[in-house]
Amino acid sequence: MGIDFDYAPAPESTGIVDIRQSYGLFVDGRFRDGHGTPFKTVNPATEEVLAEVAEADASDVDAAVRAARSAYEKVWSRMPGAERAKYLFRIARIIQERGRELAVLESIDNGKPIREARDVDVPTVAAHFFYYAGWADKLKHSGYGETPLGVAGQVIPWNFPLLMLAWKVAPALACGNTVVLKPAETTPLTALLFAEICQQADLPPGVVNIVTGAGATGQAIVDHQGVDKIAFTGSTGVGKAIARSVAGTDKRVTLELGGKAANIVFDDAPVDQAVEGVVTGIFFNQGHVCCAGSRLLVQESIADEFLDRLKRRMATLRVGDPLDKNTDVGAINSAAQLARITELTEAGEAEGAGRWSPECELPSRGFWFPPTLFTEVSTAHRIAREEIFGPVLSVLTFRTPDEAVAKANNTPYGLSAGVWTEKGSRILAMAGQLRAGVVWANTFNKFDPTSPFGGYKESGFGREGGRHGLAAYLEGGR
Amino acid sequence: MTAPTIDPAAGTAAGADLDGVTRDEASLRRFLHGLPGVDQVGADARAATLSTRSIKTTAKAQAIDLAIGMVDLTTLEGQDTPGKVRALASKAMRPDPSDPTCPATAAVCVYPDLVGVAKQTLGASGVHVAAVATAFPSGRASREIKLADTRDAVAAGADEIDMVIDRGAFLSGRYLHVFEEIVAVKEACGPAHLKVILETGELVTYDAVRRASWLAMMAGAHFIKTSTGKVQPAATLPVTMLMLEAVRDFRAATGTQVGVKPAGGIRTTKDAIKFLVTVNEVAGSDWLDPDWFRFGASTLLNDLLLQRQKMQTGRYSGPDYVTVD
Amino acid sequence: MAREQARIDVRKTYKLYVGGAFPRSESGYSYEVHDSKGGFLANASLASRKDARDAVVAARKAQSGWAGRTAYNRGQVLYRVAEIIEDRRPQFVAAVRSSEGLSASRAEAVVDATVDRLVWYAGWADKLTQVVGNANPVAGPFFNLSTPEPTGVVAVLAPQGSSLLGLVSTIAPAIVTGNTVVVVSSYARPLPAVTLGEALATSDVPGGVVNILTGDALSVGPWLASHMDVNAIDLGGLAGVDGGAEAAVAMQVAAADNLKRVRRAPATEPDWTREPGLDAMTDFLEIKTVWHPMGV
Repeated sequence: MGIDFDYAPAPESTGIVDIRQSYGLFVDGRFRDGHGTPFKTVNPATEEVLAEVAEADASDVDAAVRAARSAYEKVWSRMPGAERAKYLFRIARIIQERGRELAVLESIDNGKPIREARDVDVPTVAAHFFYYAGWADKLKHSGYGETPLGVAGQVIPWNFPLLMLAWKVAPALACGNTVVLKPAETTPLTALLFAEICQQADLPPGVVNIVTGAGATGQAIVDHQGVDKIAFTGSTGVGKAIARSVAGTDKRVTLELGGKAANIVFDDAPVDQAVEGVVTGIFFNQGHVCCAGSRLLVQESIADEFLDRLKRRMATLRVGDPLDKNTDVGAINSAAQLARITELTEAGEAEGAGRWSPECELPSRGFWFPPTLFTEVSTAHRIAREEIFGPVLSVLTFRTPDEAVAKANNTPYGLSAGVWTEKGSRILAMAGQLRAGVVWANTFNKFDPTSPFGGYKESGFGREGGRHGLAAYLEGGR
Repeated sequence: MTAPTIDPAAGTAAGADLDGVTRDEASLRRFLHGLPGVDQVGADARAATLSTRSIKTTAKAQAIDLAIGMVDLTTLEGQDTPGKVRALASKAMRPDPSDPTCPATAAVCVYPDLVGVAKQTLGASGVHVAAVATAFPSGRASREIKLADTRDAVAAGADEIDMVIDRGAFLSGRYLHVFEEIVAVKEACGPAHLKVILETGELVTYDAVRRASWLAMMAGAHFIKTSTGKVQPAATLPVTMLMLEAVRDFRAATGTQVGVKPAGGIRTTKDAIKFLVTVNEVAGSDWLDPDWFRFGASTLLNDLLLQRQKMQTGRYSGPDYVTVD
Repeated sequence: MAREQARIDVRKTYKLYVGGAFPRSESGYSYEVHDSKGGFLANASLASRKDARDAVVAARKAQSGWAGRTAYNRGQVLYRVAEIIEDRRPQFVAAVRSSEGLSASRAEAVVDATVDRLVWYAGWADKLTQVVGNANPVAGPFFNLSTPEPTGVVAVLAPQGSSLLGLVSTIAPAIVTGNTVVVVSSYARPLPAVTLGEALATSDVPGGVVNILTGDALSVGPWLASHMDVNAIDLGGLAGVDGGAEAAVAMQVAAADNLKRVRRAPATEPDWTREPGLDAMTDFLEIKTVWHPMGV
């Protein structure tokens, strides 16, 4: 009985994006050549080269910082907040208007499903600019004063290229700072399109500068003496290096780093929503999410049944062409990331955990990894401790709330956590005990411009989003 | 596509007793309240994501024909006449007079007094006659009346009975009363299949929908149906999704498969396809069959036909090219 | 007439205050503490890296219980400390006077200010959440609340100059929110810290919430800065210290190993009599945001 309802391909048209052969740096309102060695950005779903991108060396970074300093002193910090707000509103509106173009480009450069780029990334980016636009002329009510810091050096990762740009640029500009931003080397294209949007909005030159490159470019920003503030999102390893670099300077720093979040499911959880939350928690954006719920802690009494449900749900995930509107899990962002995921999952098997993936056909070209879960994982296994940053879930069990808290907190990270139970009192007790900056109760991976995000412990410091996000860019915010 | 068939062996036993949970009020209550809760926001979000599926080209053509074959073409008005029912029955057998490849609908759905007329027109076409019984839509009558209503419809030739549950009894916690009434109506149905209407718009919470679904399935329902169509909201996607989860879980627990029928408010092809996607991804392809999933609808059929014509000719059709009901 | 021989005083060696007890330094070392004119005052234990380690263990053990108290209760406990200092006023005045070389009236003013400072911070216990936390109006059916939580175990290098007011002004903001602290006192002026430890031991502050090490911030500080079970460090005690700036850089580098929250050392010791802002508290807080759906 029944029929095989095989969804036909539903590809998003790419006609709307115009990718140039090569891109320069965006400094002082203009695109210019870099002095480093240009590098190529590829489509991770096909391994095709998309464009050649300039590499900023120390002299280019210096030029960008000077432009930012000049714009800060002469224009942006002097401009009334209400006027700054209008530039940000303009940018927000243009992002909405060019939303489809941004979503398609993000999907092509990053490998994420167009459904997520279209329904999550881009709308949240616009919302972020709208939210902080409104703060620009209300800073005296923020609790952190109205004095900007100066030039902000911002280094962002490849998992949410445009969204992380928005998290950095919007509050910085609203508070009266100017920025030098470096997108990740594997995903520079939407940041460069954002540079065009700044031109389109007639943003004064130098307020936003975008320099492309890899680690050395980022280091040049962090080390530059003309930078007053460093904002970084990325790995904990690099975050620690930045914390060391700024020792002895007056630079302010916020760091949003790795995580190994526990998603705790009690036996009285709303089970279908919990399954959905676990799936969203780890397979959203191929698991390339610092707050991913990469450890499932399920109460022993329901573990078998819950795993059956989870596996059944995972079998309906559609893995493949990121530009297909029905794709749920897209491409891994790079060969290097794929290698890391492969290495850690092999370690998981070698350490004795049970590996399972649903049947799914992966494309022959590009970087792919199937949705995967590991059972019989112990807290000592590498896959239970190290951030995999891929579509890989480690399943552990617990018997009591205390044990759940102890296992959840047993990590140097502290970015996020999830709790699933129908008992309100237990939710609040658990939320209080979990050492994490964001606790999602009966939901997971929700983001909003008004809601602060950031970690405890080695997940970094500072918050992005909400009123608290202003603290990172104002003198009174320490 | 298979024409709807009735397997007399399936589901004629009194549902699944699940180790005696229906033996008394306390056990039944304990069981129903022990079912996993439903988080409304999460359920709504899941349904919203399912409705973003993009079904195009061959998949869309397949979905449209499947949906047409799942329609219970319905008229439930005080002004219904034999003429109107005959016209509807004709349309059910041959929805697109210009295209013999267009599948027939699953059934026509009428009030009991018009069953005979419908049956006469439909004959051995394979299109079933479904009758709403048990003092539809409110269900506010004595049990004797409800059973008589049912027997009357079956005697007139109804292949399927769409009954309503006693929502008052359900909401006041008299689950055993509701259970026993379904069992009694099912007995009165004889060979006819029983669809149990939960009237989810009056149950309000998703927890109640899940409990009512299980209650009806344990009492032996062949189908669980969202709504009468007389109460808003009627068949929403999240509620239908919850009922699909219930039939999926019920089969896993008992081995008995139960069908789902959303009714009321599904008017467009786009909506219907969202429901089919939900069936596919929540319950599984076993339910993608008129034996296990139906649409209770009237205007939906014409939109499906218009879209079908568009798929075939490549141009947009218009209301003059489908029949007025 | 033979001059009556002066009584020989009892020369005391003050001990550390760790986990609510008064251990000697594990190393066995002590050092002489002198008054502002160079006269002998007492011996103080010279805290070692192992004392620091033990103090961190004590602080960690006490942390969740202390943070788990109600804010009202933490406020009460701190207010009670103020009362005890008020009770032991002469002892504190003497300690400040001999340590800092102040006149009696100046020393009294310092103790008064210290008591007032404790009362001020005690009052914050059940108010700070309201001032630095807030609800967030997210665009969806969710309850969303951001509230501050203590960072955990905080290492405090206390000011070298202001041995009581400065000390209390760095301990109180850390503990009032639920952190526990390991404090390295002023090296040259440890007696007010020792006296404070004795007062705390008779107060309602649970053992381990405040652990006081007397000794050298330059030698103990690096062990605390690199300790992986310390969540934050206040480097303020390095202000004005010879080699303090270099030490601060090294400690900040070490602190990066587990991404400690670092309260940097100012160039010079601040004027502790000025009313503080919130930063001494907020520097050792984490904002936690909790989401929950709103449905029926």
